[in-house]
Amino acid sequence: MQPKPTALKILDVVSIIVLAISTYLALFYAPTELVMGEVQRVFYFHIGTAWVGLLGFVLAAVSGIVYLVTKDMKWDRAEVALVEVSAMFFFLTIVLGSIWARPAWNTWWTWDPRLTTAAVTELIYIAYFMLRAGIEDPEKRARFGAVYTLLGGLSAPITFMVIRLFRSIHPVVVGAANANQEKLSMTGDMKVAFFFALFAFTVLFVDFVWHRIRLGALEEKVEQLKLKVSM
Amino acid sequence: MNTKRNASPSLWKAAFAVVRKDLAAELRSFELVSAMLVFSLLVIVIFNFALELDVKVRQSVTAGVLWTTFAFAGTLGLNRSMATEKDRGCLDGLLLAPVDRSAIYFGKALSNLIFMLIVEAFVLPIYSMLYNVNLFRLDLLGVILLGSIGYTAVGTLLSAMSVQTRTREVLLPILLFPVAIPVLLAAVKVSGGLLAGAAFSEVLTPFNILLVYDVVFIAVAFMAFDYVVEE
Repeated sequence: MQPKPTALKILDVVSIIVLAISTYLALFYAPTELVMGEVQRVFYFHIGTAWVGLLGFVLAAVSGIVYLVTKDMKWDRAEVALVEVSAMFFFLTIVLGSIWARPAWNTWWTWDPRLTTAAVTELIYIAYFMLRAGIEDPEKRARFGAVYTLLGGLSAPITFMVIRLFRSIHPVVVGAANANQEKLSMTGDMKVAFFFALFAFTVLFVDFVWHRIRLGALEEKVEQLKLKVSM
Repeated sequence: MNTKRNASPSLWKAAFAVVRKDLAAELRSFELVSAMLVFSLLVIVIFNFALELDVKVRQSVTAGVLWTTFAFAGTLGLNRSMATEKDRGCLDGLLLAPVDRSAIYFGKALSNLIFMLIVEAFVLPIYSMLYNVNLFRLDLLGVILLGSIGYTAVGTLLSAMSVQTRTREVLLPILLFPVAIPVLLAAVKVSGGLLAGAAFSEVLTPFNILLVYDVVFIAVAFMAFDYVVEE
């Protein structure tokens, strides 16, 4: 078995450090928001997890396409790793968002475009894993997985557009949709915490995905060894 | 370039041959359409009592009830139509035929669409009669056609996938519904608006989304089908 690469070991340590710094920035450094109070601090991690969740979703669809073109199993491993890690981050986004929504909107959940799209995306992830679980042949599993991430990646933005036709109460952070939507304005210190959280979660995301890809490769090796033993 | 141009008429010929085969098989047994139809009526009966469809409720939920019925019945048909291909080894025969594989996709998608339209052609007058609403309006029928096209386009691809997995029939709705949410919601929004007496220009946005979904998913399913059936 290959030992854990040094770069990955370093990345592990770096991600722990940046996550610790990001926690400090979010909880102590950033000023308390005037209207929402302390609960607004959940926002930094909410955005961080949402960003990497979305990034992973897009990259997974791209890996799927590359797999279909090249038929190289390493892209399938990347796709599984990306979907798994971003499914976890997306779930965290929904939980953190609910914690924020309860005091801010007086409800845990509302059928807002962003919330609904997040929930539907999470369901697409679940369907993806159920699809893979039902196929024995690894090559076929990879092909079907790639096609499904592609379909999911295309339908999620259209879901967002459709539900956008209904009313939205979610605040807009980047890019304003329409004038009467609540816009979040941040002070300088908030921006520091905000961008650092984005950075920290990206590092953490890369670390997790790398680990998962490595795990996938090891899994495959175990499969092959088992086959060899049984023969 | 020249060979491609020569191949295109035979693509449609092959696709129509698949449609003819499906229709001939259906005409002998009526097992697919009759099952879909009885199922649709049962769903409407359940909705009638579950939602207590009195005059006031009906106005707001008719579009939703109809599309839910179509979606459920559609899944039944999609599953059955692909399962018969797989069980009797017919799919292998089709794949052996010296035609472009997208012809098989178009053939199956077209016959699935025809089955769904037949069921809708029965459900609409029955619903109109039961609840005394006029559903026979050209704009509404157009929307139903577009919605059914999008649903069967992606459903045919996914049923070709689910039929090859261990869980088979169980998996199709789980794979299909999260991806088909945009087309169903857009169709509900347009038909609901039209039934409430809105002018066509008021429902133009969801209508455009419906069109975009149809175009995007026909194109993607057409390209991805090759990867789903290859051995």
